[in-house]
Amino acid sequence: MAINVRIPQPLRNLTGNQSIVPTSGADLGACITELEGAFPGIRDRLMDESGQLRRFVNVYVNGDDVRFMDGLTTALKDGDEVSIVPAVAGG
Amino acid sequence: MSVNVYIPTPFRHLVGNRASVKARGATVREALTDLDTQFPGFNAQLVDTTGRLARHINVYVNQVEIQTLQGETTALKDGDELAVIPALAGGAPTAMTPEMVERYSRHLIMPQVGSAGQRKIIEASVLIIGAGGLGSPVALYLALAGVGKIGLVDFDVVDRSNLQRQILHVTESIGLPKVVSARNTLLAHNPNIDVVTHEEPINSENAFRIIGDYDYVVNGADNFATRYLVNDACYLLKKPLIDGSILMFDGQATTYIPGKGCYRCLYPAPPPPGMVPSCAEAGVLGAMCATIGSIQATEVLKLILDVGEPLVNRLLLYDALALEFRVVKVRRDKECPLCGDNPTIHELIDYEVFCGSPIPHAEAPFGG
Repeated sequence: MAINVRIPQPLRNLTGNQSIVPTSGADLGACITELEGAFPGIRDRLMDESGQLRRFVNVYVNGDDVRFMDGLTTALKDGDEVSIVPAVAGG
Repeated sequence: MSVNVYIPTPFRHLVGNRASVKARGATVREALTDLDTQFPGFNAQLVDTTGRLARHINVYVNQVEIQTLQGETTALKDGDELAVIPALAGGAPTAMTPEMVERYSRHLIMPQVGSAGQRKIIEASVLIIGAGGLGSPVALYLALAGVGKIGLVDFDVVDRSNLQRQILHVTESIGLPKVVSARNTLLAHNPNIDVVTHEEPINSENAFRIIGDYDYVVNGADNFATRYLVNDACYLLKKPLIDGSILMFDGQATTYIPGKGCYRCLYPAPPPPGMVPSCAEAGVLGAMCATIGSIQATEVLKLILDVGEPLVNRLLLYDALALEFRVVKVRRDKECPLCGDNPTIHELIDYEVFCGSPIPHAEAPFGG
């Protein structure tokens, strides 16, 4: 099972500059746990102290926001694409 | 039957630069329709939004204005002289001068714009938050397009570090208020428009007053507090908000139409101070401004013209390093405190408290 995770630029310092990281994992929570194993520190950038996704970081599965799906328990399947998109304020 | 049609200078580019052409038809309407068939886009110059001859266009048959004859049903006979004459400056409020017809000719020849659409652009008013990286290309393209009233909100002065990307400002403008420098540049490009300057930081006290005067708002702010403020004010005033943001090699753009989701639906809360860097802290590739700003300007013009599909309920993501554009969904959040089913925000709040960081002002600016 391969699920590609798109890493935004501000987090690529944690992934050795990889913009796409292949993972496996049955749901989004498992996917993030796997990312944390490979790239320690990335979970803190995505989740707050209470274990919830940070409210200025959006995670999309195949283009749909997981906050409107099942959040961290959103199921993943082979071929899914996960995108991490933080708010950006530059103008 | 065949008639001779006199073409005045403003319309000659449409007919191969000829002063006179032939048209066929038993009535004025038929002859004009034939001209449009021969020279696509011709009719769009002549009609208003309802498809009737615009009030600033006079049509003459043998030098008699057709309103004193039978209007567009006036009969023609072989060899008649037809003339299509636009009013010059001083006619109807949005009548185009020959200078404007020539200036906007690449818009006018498109059926999606035409004379009626160009007049909508001329009658439109657009407020741009920030005369910086994004505000510059947005304002410039809207000015070139002929948007009749462009408002600029910025309290900052031009700094040398702005010139790597902020195309409204030039080296000689260093030290000038950005809105003054911007206004000079815009009017040099198109003297037909009004540029209104708001040289103040937008805040909860003045936002309604400033935004209330415009049809559309473009966000080119450089900080989260201003972005939430502008979002809330636009929703509460029912103004479309065309949003864009950039950082390093990444850009985002989307359009919010009141009732179809807002910035709070997309990002419910701002990052804690320091968690997401600003352009001043992390940098931005100057050319990114043009990519995202041009998309914002395009969205504004599409909304004015009511053509195409606006970037509503969609967030456009631009990754310049991969050179990829992707689109993800933006949904209206039923739980949104602003535009949800049971809203709790009914007026502007304290955005500095909400974001944990000050709205930049003249004594403590950052970013740009």
